Amino acid sequence: MANIQLKAVRKSYGAVEVIKGVDLEIKKGEFMVFVGPSGCGKSTMLRLISGLEQITSGDLLFDDELVNNVVPAKRGIAMVFQSYALYPHMTVFDNMAFGMKLDKTSKQEMKDRVQKAAELLQIDHLLDRLPKQLSGGQRQRVAIGRAIVRDPRVFLFDEPLSNLDAALRVQTRLEIAKLHHDMTDVTMIYVTHDQVEAMTLADRICVLRDGLIEQVGTPSELYENPASLFVAGFIGSPQMNFLKGAIAEKHNCTTLGIRAEHIEIADAADAEWTGKVVHAEDLGSDNYLFVDIGAGDPLIVRRPGKLETPLGTELNLRPIAGHIHRFDANEKPIR
Amino acid sequence: MPTTPFWRYMFYAGVVAIVIIAVFPFYYAVMTSFETGTAIFKPNILPEMFSWQNYAQVTGQRAFASSILNSVFIASTTVFCALLLAVTASYALARVRFRGRSLLLMTILGVSMFPQIAVLSGLYELVNFLGIYNRPWALVMSYTIFTLPFTVWVLTTFMRELPTEIEEAAIVDGATPWVIITKVFLPLLWPALVTTGLLAFIGAWNEFLFALTFTISEDMRTVPVAIALLSGASVQEIPWGPIMAASVIVTVPLIILVLIFQRKIVAGLTAGGVKG
Repeated sequence: MANIQLKAVRKSYGAVEVIKGVDLEIKKGEFMVFVGPSGCGKSTMLRLISGLEQITSGDLLFDDELVNNVVPAKRGIAMVFQSYALYPHMTVFDNMAFGMKLDKTSKQEMKDRVQKAAELLQIDHLLDRLPKQLSGGQRQRVAIGRAIVRDPRVFLFDEPLSNLDAALRVQTRLEIAKLHHDMTDVTMIYVTHDQVEAMTLADRICVLRDGLIEQVGTPSELYENPASLFVAGFIGSPQMNFLKGAIAEKHNCTTLGIRAEHIEIADAADAEWTGKVVHAEDLGSDNYLFVDIGAGDPLIVRRPGKLETPLGTELNLRPIAGHIHRFDANEKPIR
Repeated sequence: MPTTPFWRYMFYAGVVAIVIIAVFPFYYAVMTSFETGTAIFKPNILPEMFSWQNYAQVTGQRAFASSILNSVFIASTTVFCALLLAVTASYALARVRFRGRSLLLMTILGVSMFPQIAVLSGLYELVNFLGIYNRPWALVMSYTIFTLPFTVWVLTTFMRELPTEIEEAAIVDGATPWVIITKVFLPLLWPALVTTGLLAFIGAWNEFLFALTFTISEDMRTVPVAIALLSGASVQEIPWGPIMAASVIVTVPLIILVLIFQRKIVAGLTAGGVKG
C-alpha cells in the first residue's frame, strides 16, 4: 500500500536522456499502466521506481518518504519480469521463498506464506518442480507468486504477458485483474506496449512518448478525449482514422480523427464521403470495411454483424455528430 | 556430414588416423612400461613381455610418492584459488559497469601473451622476496597467475550470457552481490567451472619449467620434475622403463578425471540449465 509520487524525474545514460522530466502521482491501491511504443521510456520508468536504476535528477516518494537512494529490497516492491526470471536451479518453493530465506524469516512462516500464495495461483501441486519442468503460463504464475509472498507495497509488472501465447495471455490477464481486485491495498504498476492490455487492466493509463508523459487518465478518458494526435492514434483498435487536407479543412482543423465505429452509412443526399470498398475483415460479431475515399489510407468503417457488403461496392459515409476529433497543426486537440 | 558412402568412409578413415596419431605415443608408453631390459629398445606393436617390475621400482621410491602428493596439493590449491578469484573478478567484469572495464579485460588477456621463460627470472625474484622458494606456495602462486587470464575470460563470457533479469530478481529479493554470486550464479555456472577448473588442474599438473626452477629438494618436487630427474645406475643409463611407468601412473588419473567430467559437462550444457 503506497502512494507514489514522481517529481521532475529525469534519467540519462551518459549523454542520452531517456526520461525527460516526469511528474506523476500514482494513488494507493491503483492499477496504473504505462503504455507507449518501444523506446518511449516506459520500462525505464518502472526500473526507476523499482530502484534497479538510479534516478539522475528529481524525487521519487513512496508515501511521502524519499526513496531515491533506497535499495530495491527495502522499498517494499515486488517485480514480475517479462522472461519470468526464475532461478533455474531452484524448485518452485525455493524460488518463492528465496527472498524470505535472505530475510531470515522463520521456516514455518515461510511455508505458510508460500502455501497461501501457491493456492491463490493454483500452483500448490507444483512446489517441488524445477522451472524447466513447467509450461510458460505456470512459470509466469510462479513469478507472480514469488512477488506475492514478498507482501509488497507496490507490485511492478514488466510486460509480463509478452512471452505467452495468445490464449494464455487473455487468461493470465484475467488472473492479474482478479489479483488486483483481491489485493485492494496494493499499488500496481504495469508496463506494456499492448494497448488492449492497458485498456482492460488499468484504473488509469499513462501514455509515454520519447521520455515524456503524453497523457494520464482512465481508459475511457483516453479513448474519448485524447490529449494529442499521438494518444488518439495509439489507443483503440483498429487505429483511429486520420484525414488531412481538404476534408479536414472543411471542419477547420489540420487533422480530423474519427473512429471506425463512429462512421455510418448514409443516403447519397447527406453523405460526406463516398468511396469503394477495397478490403474487408469479417470478425463474426462485426466487420471492418476499408473504404477508399481518395484521401490516402482507406477509411476503416466498423459495421455490426456479419459481412454483407461485397468488395467494390460504392458507399456513402457520414461521421456521427459529436464524435469527430479535431487536431491543430501542433497535433493538439481543438475542443 | 559427408553424404556419399565414399566420403563417409573417408571421414571415418580420417577420424581413425587422427585417433591413432593422438593415442599412439601414450600407447607406446604404456607398452614400454611393462617391458624391461633389452625388450624396451625393440620397436614393436604388441609388448614382448609383461612385468610389473618398473611399477614396483617407481612406487618403491619414497620421493616419488611425496611428489605425487605435492602435485595433487599444488594442482588442487591452484584450481581453488584460480576459481575463487576468477568467479568474483568475472562477476565484476561481466556485470558491474565501471570505467576502463574493456581495457582491463584486454590487459588480462595481454598477460597471457608472455611466454613462461620471459617472466621466469622476475618471478624467481618475487618468489625469493616472499620467502616461498622451495615451497608448494611458490608453484601455487605462479600457476594461478598463468591460469587466471584464461579462467577469467571464459567465466566472464559465460556470465555475460546469464540473463540479467535473474540477477535483478535476486536484487529485488534482497540479495547482496556475494549472495548473487554464490547462491544464484555459481549453480548456473558450474559447467563452465568444471571446464576451466579441469584445464587449470591439468595445466598445473603437467607444468615443468616453474616446478624445476622453484624447487630444489627432492621432497618438494612435483611429478613431471621427479620423472625427468629419475636417474639410472650410471650417468649414461636413462631408466626408460621406470620413466614410462611413472608417466602412466600420473597420466591415468588425468584421463579418468577428464572422462568423468566430460560427461557432466555435456549433461550440464544439454540440460539447458541457464534458460529461465
